[in-house]
Amino acid sequence: MTDISLSGGRKLVYRHRLVVRITHWFNALAIVCLFMSGLQIFNAHPELYWGPKSTFDHPILSMSADTDDDNNDYGTTTIFGHDFDTTGVLGLSSNGNGQMVERGFPRWITLPSASPELAVGRRLHFFFAWMLTINGLIYMGSSLLNRHVQRDLVPTKQDLSAVGKDIVNHIRLRFPRGEESRKYGVLQKITYLAVVAVIVPLMILAGLTMSPRVDAGFPFLLTLFDGRQSARTVHFVIAFTILGFSMIHIAMVVLSGPINNLRSIVTGWSSIEEDKAP
Amino acid sequence: MTDVKKSTRRAFMGLASAGGLLTLTGCDKLISTPWFMNVIDSAEALSRSVQRAITGSRPVAREYAESDISENFRQNGTTNPQNASYQTMVANGFADWYLEVGGLVDKPLKLSLAALRQLPARTQITRHDCVEGWSDIAKWTGAKLSAVLDIAGVKPEARYVMFFCADPMGMNGNYYESIDIPGAYQPQTILAYEINDQTLPVAHGAPIRLRYETQLGYKQAKYIMRIELVDSYAKFGRGKGGFWEDQGYEWYAGI
Repeated sequence: MTDISLSGGRKLVYRHRLVVRITHWFNALAIVCLFMSGLQIFNAHPELYWGPKSTFDHPILSMSADTDDDNNDYGTTTIFGHDFDTTGVLGLSSNGNGQMVERGFPRWITLPSASPELAVGRRLHFFFAWMLTINGLIYMGSSLLNRHVQRDLVPTKQDLSAVGKDIVNHIRLRFPRGEESRKYGVLQKITYLAVVAVIVPLMILAGLTMSPRVDAGFPFLLTLFDGRQSARTVHFVIAFTILGFSMIHIAMVVLSGPINNLRSIVTGWSSIEEDKAP
Repeated sequence: MTDVKKSTRRAFMGLASAGGLLTLTGCDKLISTPWFMNVIDSAEALSRSVQRAITGSRPVAREYAESDISENFRQNGTTNPQNASYQTMVANGFADWYLEVGGLVDKPLKLSLAALRQLPARTQITRHDCVEGWSDIAKWTGAKLSAVLDIAGVKPEARYVMFFCADPMGMNGNYYESIDIPGAYQPQTILAYEINDQTLPVAHGAPIRLRYETQLGYKQAKYIMRIELVDSYAKFGRGKGGFWEDQGYEWYAGI
């Protein structure tokens, strides 16, 4: 696609192809629904363990509600044996009618919001897991075929030598405005590549390891994650890793020109500054 | 240029309405809409057929070492049915108990506990995965379900094995479950009468419970009284194939 010149020393350049734009939004929908329905599922047993089985007396993490000497309810989150008062958010939170109830994650972040709704949470989770998988296969397949991965995501040697500079620019919130902004920056490349090639596949594998039928067919998964309960813990940790990625991603979108960024991931077209003639 | 602007505006409005759908109340409303959940539930058939295709028809769950066995295998679901008929059986050590096998079989059976213990048996140390998310490991010994079915002779039109249990579940009648014929013939599918080398106690489903090692805990029916071979489970309970299925859980519990 050829560039379209605009007035005021700007031009529109075609930045994201159609398949990237479509899969990006299906991915966003799937990730949000997976995260929230996943926390609903977690609420059915808000404890995490390591190994093949649940060591109920020694969870890595647990959330619960209790009543103190003054008859006040409180929520506790225990991580590696250390207790934290998380009343109102984790362990004990509102059920929506002003009543405080025992539940792991609060209603504003679970899907459905009511709890316990394990059955519906599971059905939603597996539907969106299929959406994520099929969408991811379309993205990965097309991006390998049209060389989007090789051309735009794999950092070049030149990119790698500029990592330090890119970090400094990010800290100073200085983002490229001209020709340089046609392509991903090196930190962007590394992050996107890590997410699509490592983090999300690991997430899917850890999720599949919780399936007893898949375990029977692919016992190496149990070895890979050191057991079903550790796979559940890994799945949980990666969920929050992806949440962290998404929040930084959105922060970067906002800081580097939200309207232009949104236009380019919706229509494909991005407005950049014409580089001044040397 | 104006075209780009127009399409941008349209796209933003589309996004804004999608965002509106995503608000909490919107989501909860959507979830209570039948057509939406029908779309969502299409994933169950996909999971079932893909998992079957990639794991083969006779998958074998990992078996663990004695040292992996949980110290206290969690007592879950019903742990002591209070109905008089069951308590009477407990009182005389299940001497009058027998397992009924009927429905689409050539030869209906009544098997005493002693007769069941004479059948080809299997011992396995396996992991029990509750739908809630936790796992426990125990050693199970029991009669192979395939042996029971072979004696009864499964008619070709039979598609499911139903398990009817002794424990009442309030308004919903007694606990029941169903598995398909290939599942019933998996090598680790047994009617367990022992846990960790001890006679199965009441808390774990005495006198027998199902062990179907490639699926979740709610399939592992306890207090089994009667087995029935059927071509459809639609006429039992609320028609979903089991007590928890009737409460909204998937019939396919391999995931």
